[in-house]
Amino acid sequence: MRRMMLSGSLALTALAVVALCSLSWAQMTEADENQRLGMESHIGKLTGHAAAAQGDYRRFCVGCHGVLGDGEGENAQWIDPKPRNFTLGIFKCRSTTTGTLPLDSDLYDTIGRGLDSSNMPSWNPLSSQQRADLVAYVKHFSARWVTEKPGEPIKIPPKPEITAERIKAGQAVFQKVECWKCHGQTGSGNGPSAATLTDDQNRPIQPYNFHDNNRFKCGTTDEDLYRIFMTGLDGTPMPSWSDNIKPDEAWDLVFYLRSLQPMKSREKEIARQVGLKPGAPSATPAPAPQQ
Amino acid sequence: MKAHYKVAGITAMLLVLAFSLLLSTRNVSAAANGTITGTVKLDGAAPHMKGIDMSKDPFCVKQHENSPAHLENVIVGPGGGLQNVVLYISEGLSGAETSQVPAQEPVFDQKNCMYTPHVLAMDVNQKFKVTTSDQTTHNIHPLPNALAGNIPWNKSQPPGAPPIETSWKTEEIAISVKCNIHPWMHGYFVVVKGPYATSDEKGSYTIENVPAGNYTVTAWQEEYGTQTQKVTVAAGKPGTADFTFKAK
Repeated sequence: MRRMMLSGSLALTALAVVALCSLSWAQMTEADENQRLGMESHIGKLTGHAAAAQGDYRRFCVGCHGVLGDGEGENAQWIDPKPRNFTLGIFKCRSTTTGTLPLDSDLYDTIGRGLDSSNMPSWNPLSSQQRADLVAYVKHFSARWVTEKPGEPIKIPPKPEITAERIKAGQAVFQKVECWKCHGQTGSGNGPSAATLTDDQNRPIQPYNFHDNNRFKCGTTDEDLYRIFMTGLDGTPMPSWSDNIKPDEAWDLVFYLRSLQPMKSREKEIARQVGLKPGAPSATPAPAPQQ
Repeated sequence: MKAHYKVAGITAMLLVLAFSLLLSTRNVSAAANGTITGTVKLDGAAPHMKGIDMSKDPFCVKQHENSPAHLENVIVGPGGGLQNVVLYISEGLSGAETSQVPAQEPVFDQKNCMYTPHVLAMDVNQKFKVTTSDQTTHNIHPLPNALAGNIPWNKSQPPGAPPIETSWKTEEIAISVKCNIHPWMHGYFVVVKGPYATSDEKGSYTIENVPAGNYTVTAWQEEYGTQTQKVTVAAGKPGTADFTFKAK
């Protein structure tokens, strides 16, 4: 009799433990989700709330970026480049170092500006509060924002005066670090390595074509251009150059790159005046391919 | 008894106590000097490793004028020894033992448009360096699984670039590494916990600094996957584990 009571109470205890554990596990999952829907964004004086953006996301974003924010919306199969997968926390347009989370303002600017030469439109017609809420919602898809702080934003020194010396120095940087390997000697995106480039998901991707484009995916200004090559475009072949190009040299490179673009600019004018020509690669000619 | 004899006696006892404590700690670290050794072989015909067409970069072509480059997925020595297999202890180490990080900083070099070594093993949080010995620009682009803890990054390495010193925060077997500029360049970072080793050109390895105990050793090869074996390490008696992967 006592033995039966003992085994009975043991069984009850085991059952209670299991029940408590499953209850707390269920609560943890729900708590996790609630915590993430409580994600906030801070852009200047604006505070965005993820929970407030659910309606807007479902109306405007789900078609490409998917219900789970993984870039697998219905439209994704028809478009190239593919929509961003927010669950990874990896973004092209950042003011922070490679391998780190962007600032809230980076995401806010991207949503507002859209991404040139892609299917991501400008969402400026939405109010600033709506866009701030959407930033928080984008963040809530990845647990990285719960534990990880955004990276250190790069410091951009004030833009110096555009001079012929600086544009020529910029061309020297372009040659020395071999941007032309992907971007080509005229910056037309036709360098020797361009044809085999793939992104982090092994999908073919093309390098930026300076010859035919005025704007960038990650901005339009000289400061944006500076930031793009110094922080690199995470998720793509474009690396970060801040370890190998000094800030002053970086401005020289910005001016040289501007001289390659089609729009009328001071840089283009000066380059024409000094008769700047695309430099040829300095390496010796290649022998026949090895078998 | 005279007072100074007492003092002398107590001092002597304290000294003996101190020395024996010192000696006992030395004994504890001596116990962590066991090893696991062995050989990894490939059973069957070694697969043909394709030659690499480097014609898109004249510098790379020149470096291989006299020694054409081949892919390095499977490197088999004359005796059938498999190189670049990573051996590590997957079971049996205590939490404290797995969180110890060696002070050495292994180096991953970009040399002659190939990665040297092809596979670099390291511990979680162990610092390692990426260097370039080439007169052509590379970018170093590790691709860990961003959902599992380690985050991908992508940095340029033009000629003369300073070394990149970094580490990984999560175990990952293994992180694929590539250069976007030279699409044939592939390597691996293998991030483990606890002592590890990589097999040499004969397929031989020795895992050092293993305390006495019973363990499971895992061998990882990039094409053939993993195999495990149970090993016992005793004081003065190294453990041995030989592995044989079957050619496909």
